[in-house]
Amino acid sequence: MAREEIKSRRDFLSRAALVAGGLFISGGISPFKSMLYATERKSTKGPWYAMGIDLESCIGCGRCADACKTENNVPREPFYFRTWVEQYTILNDGSIHVESPNGGIDGFTQKFADAEIFKSFFVPKMCNHCAKSPCTQVCPVGATFESPEGIALVDQTYCLGCRYCVQACPYGCRYIHPEKKVVDKCTMCYHRITKGLLPACVEVCPKQAKIFGDLNDPKSEIVKFMKDHSWQVLKPHMNTEPKVFYNQLRAEVR
Amino acid sequence: MPPQIKRLALLFTLLVLSFLTAKHFLTPKSFGEFGHYRGAALGEIKAKVPDYSGQKACTECHPDMTDLKAAHEHATLSCETCHGPGRVHISSTDSLVSPKIPNTREFCSICHTKNAARKASNIKQIDPKEHYKADLCTKCHNPHSPWQEKK
Repeated sequence: MAREEIKSRRDFLSRAALVAGGLFISGGISPFKSMLYATERKSTKGPWYAMGIDLESCIGCGRCADACKTENNVPREPFYFRTWVEQYTILNDGSIHVESPNGGIDGFTQKFADAEIFKSFFVPKMCNHCAKSPCTQVCPVGATFESPEGIALVDQTYCLGCRYCVQACPYGCRYIHPEKKVVDKCTMCYHRITKGLLPACVEVCPKQAKIFGDLNDPKSEIVKFMKDHSWQVLKPHMNTEPKVFYNQLRAEVR
Repeated sequence: MPPQIKRLALLFTLLVLSFLTAKHFLTPKSFGEFGHYRGAALGEIKAKVPDYSGQKACTECHPDMTDLKAAHEHATLSCETCHGPGRVHISSTDSLVSPKIPNTREFCSICHTKNAARKASNIKQIDPKEHYKADLCTKCHNPHSPWQEKK
């Protein structure tokens, strides 16, 4: 009796090892399909919108953040933003300083002396409209979703205001609207782009540092931008497949 | 079948049925049209009226200003970059609502203050605390053609 028990346990263990080994080997044959860059849509019907941001041209004027607030009735308090500009300053001693006074709307003042600075640059931030957006996946009621054009939107009449998506976004691009008490975020100006206009932030950018377009259209500005520049996305290791592509993005940017 | 199980099965069926009935009445009509969300939401978000009208709308009535701007340093700017959204100005019929004319030193300084993060080749920069500090920028510079001599 005792022998049989041992035998069956051994049997169980060997089977378990077989399954685990099989999984391990099959994993090697067909590696985990992580696609870091959402440059191609799975189906090719209709537009698949994306944004390019050229950090070389950005002058940190914050007009994008200002226009966004006007266009989308974002509260004017300095902590509600759909898009904002950060200034990164890397000093000669290697320390990194990030600031974003009022999202850059009132302009930036240089905090360090020129001699101290190794490199300084502006980084406009906004919703990355990820192809595998963690924020839309966690919504308990289906109030936030990806539109057929690949834009992460919020159904504000359906949202409960539970804030789960706010903490799920790795880029900090959502906030709770103080009056509506529901979540609010960048819509890539869905009401504008569907009427043939550019998003407000792209429209007002004085240096054309923001490039908007359809990834499915080979002649679009965004496809041209991505061919011409060595772009990178924010936090590629998160495997969210962001659709905001930065030219000259440094590894220091988080 | 023992009666306990029968009663349990009946209760279970009733629960499932009431859940399905509630679900039928509580789920919005367009839910699931495109995915796990209310399809009508797309139309509702689309319906918002744009405030910024775009460069083309400005050129329609002000081709002279657009041409002047296009020939000088501020060519890459949209009118609405400085003048703000055009919707109210364009749609005003009885009395024309002027767009804002931001000629303060603070406004120009937002872009043109010297900053290590701004490339000299990208944008002309000054120290607003030193550069003709008593005067408005527009005293010497025409915002539509910044380097043209002002008469």
